[in-house]
Amino acid sequence: MKPAPFEYHAPSTLDEALSLLSEHGDDAKLLAGGQSLVPAMNFRIVQPGRLVDLNRITELSYIREDGNVIRVGAMARERHVEFDPSIAKHTPLLHEAAPNIAHPQIRNRGTIGGSIVNADPAAELPVLMLALDARLKAKNNSGERWINAQEFFVGMFTTALEPDEILVEIELPFMPNRTGWSFMEVAPRAGDYALMGVAALVTLDDAGKCESAKLVYLNAGDGPVNAKEAAESLKGENLNEKLIESAAAHASKNEITPFGNVHTSPEFQRHLANVLTIRTLKQALQRAGESQ
Amino acid sequence: MTRSNSITITVNEQEYTREVEPRMLLSDFLRHELGLTGTHVGCEHGVCGACTIMFNGESMRSCLIFAVQADGQSITTVEGLAKDKDDLHPLQQSFWEAHGLQCGYCTPGILMSMIPFLKQNPNPTEDEIRHALSGNLCRCTGYQHIVDAVKLAAEKIS
Repeated sequence: MKPAPFEYHAPSTLDEALSLLSEHGDDAKLLAGGQSLVPAMNFRIVQPGRLVDLNRITELSYIREDGNVIRVGAMARERHVEFDPSIAKHTPLLHEAAPNIAHPQIRNRGTIGGSIVNADPAAELPVLMLALDARLKAKNNSGERWINAQEFFVGMFTTALEPDEILVEIELPFMPNRTGWSFMEVAPRAGDYALMGVAALVTLDDAGKCESAKLVYLNAGDGPVNAKEAAESLKGENLNEKLIESAAAHASKNEITPFGNVHTSPEFQRHLANVLTIRTLKQALQRAGESQ
Repeated sequence: MTRSNSITITVNEQEYTREVEPRMLLSDFLRHELGLTGTHVGCEHGVCGACTIMFNGESMRSCLIFAVQADGQSITTVEGLAKDKDDLHPLQQSFWEAHGLQCGYCTPGILMSMIPFLKQNPNPTEDEIRHALSGNLCRCTGYQHIVDAVKLAAEKIS
């Protein structure tokens, strides 16, 4: 279990990294925290000819407020995201979900950008990006562009990034007022890949009715799965147990497509999705009410 | 064969300069180049926690970092905890007293995870201890005595 040989580059600026990427194209692979890439290399599932290590690029590691958004550099460590006071205050969903991302030892090294770009359907961060309406900034040698989270995740381990692009920044809008949140997952061992997980958001209007809701699932398809119909069914309603249960039943039956794995069957994943949706919606609703 | 890189790493407060291939894992560097075999290698994909070391003071998996990436950085391994066998670190002493190990394979990784944990949480609850241990597999003890040892260490250190 040792990686195949590769050439190693450790640029200290983003411009240098972009040049290396455009020069070497598909042969070059970016190394962020390495907490998914290095295991894949150790097993030789992946054998890149060249690694461009982003860890020396200090300009990509920051978390700061800017108006009513939080800007997070792609190389910010997951552990810093977990403890950042701005994130805790303005995007509490991300703050609360962060301890579910693997183990502390992994979060100390793993980066927000690395996990997003890896686009593992079982990972938490892609789900959270979708739930929070994040925008993702990609750069190449000739310029930059913004991609909405909804368009960013294209499929299993696949994103909208071009081979010469680097994800450089994540823009997180502050969660709106009167918004409640909840994240829950079920994993065989704390920190392992979850069998199923749900991020729920509920925003109430002045009258206490549901103005909007969001339900996003992990390990429920070939990317983060946004259950739009179930969320839509809650809109404009005075939420109660019956509505919540019927939204959960709809999402878990019709809107997710779990594959099952060695630990679980797709049926059990649907069961978990149903139970977790009910629990997360109730918690999100309660929190939205408390913040009135 | 890829080009070798010259790296200088501080391990347990001692500086080492070596030539390494980029693909050499930090875990293998510590064991094979420096002879520091206290860092154990289990799964080599970040799941078991046996190879946990401190990288600039934070616990990390040494099997998921290349040695070249540690150039200029400071590493602490289990060998850096005690000055000699009669002067153990309070955490090590607690593992001894509370029987926190059987075969001992997972122990170095657990110690290197618990040192920063106890620094950040000097008075942890049992729940917090169990959560902090979740990234380290032990197949002998059933964890009960490990939890006891960490509790005892928290008392000793505070």
